[in-house]
Amino acid sequence: VKKTMIRISLILLAAALIITGIVTGEADTVMGKAVRICMECIGIG
Amino acid sequence: LAEKRRHIKRGLVQALATLLSNIHITNFFRGTIYQGDLKRVCVPGLNCYSCPAATGACPIGSFQAVVGAADSRISYYVSGLVILFGTIFGRLICGFLCPFGWIQDLLYKIPSKKLSTKRITHLTYFKYFILVLFLIALPILLVDDNGLSSPYFCKYICPAGILEGAIPLGIVNEGIREAFGLLFSWKLFILVTVVVFSILSYRPFCKYLCPLGAIYSLFNSISFVTMRVDPDKCIKCGKCARVCRMDVDITKNSNHRECIRCGECSSACPTGAIETLIRLKQQGDIKNESKKTDSNSPDRPSGCVHTQR
Repeated sequence: VKKTMIRISLILLAAALIITGIVTGEADTVMGKAVRICMECIGIG
Repeated sequence: LAEKRRHIKRGLVQALATLLSNIHITNFFRGTIYQGDLKRVCVPGLNCYSCPAATGACPIGSFQAVVGAADSRISYYVSGLVILFGTIFGRLICGFLCPFGWIQDLLYKIPSKKLSTKRITHLTYFKYFILVLFLIALPILLVDDNGLSSPYFCKYICPAGILEGAIPLGIVNEGIREAFGLLFSWKLFILVTVVVFSILSYRPFCKYLCPLGAIYSLFNSISFVTMRVDPDKCIKCGKCARVCRMDVDITKNSNHRECIRCGECSSACPTGAIETLIRLKQQGDIKNESKKTDSNSPDRPSGCVHTQR
């Protein structure tokens, strides 16, 4: 029961964090980075 | 035969997960990357978003992109997604859904002398150091005049960016190829080292370096996907610990942080004592993927009570 409560709490926490991130524009930041070739990732810097 | 079928099934799931994470295959020939809306969403495994075929964003790269911005030092969005993935799957993601994990699995299949890592299990803690240093400490401590920080892990450590991004893009795009310099050489060295050690030992990057694996390992004990060892069936033969390539003794801790839920132990168990479960309630299991016990198996110890599930 304790573990079930932890799992449910974590799912709710995750949902709250995701919504907060979307509202604060973090998803757009991720999108902005992911649609361009990441120079650091490919070793150009 | 059942073991072979399970291997094939797992390989197919890994191939499918890699394909779904990299669905835009034609971009390899164009030398461009996908720029659609799905790039807002992180895939569960380590997969560079600069791979031409990448469907979504890499969770580690995305986290660094957000914390590298001037106005934030934590990413609620990426943290939420990783907590969601971790709570549901734990390190099953490493074993079944991570493209870079699958690449290492394939490399390990190359015939060669294999090195045991059972005596250096303490080095598995190094990935937590990587996690704290590159994803938390450096973005706070090393910022430029504008408050921006680099994606330090992606820039200096991650070999996936070279394998999935730099090499395919560099082959097609001359401009990118000409821009490769010292940093590329350093990251290529890391990639070659990881490739060589992946042939010689099982998943060295996952064991010692991967910050995403480090995060998911924290969820192994509470995730919905879990392992269970039936103490009534276990005959303590030790076969599960011997076959585990992640150096886990599942009988001591069925939800060990290094267990990637590959199921090798379950296949090897002569009494079918080890099960992979999706647990929705503490008492109720809705799915059971355990090995069917074969009473004629040569591995079955004499005198063992046959249990058919």
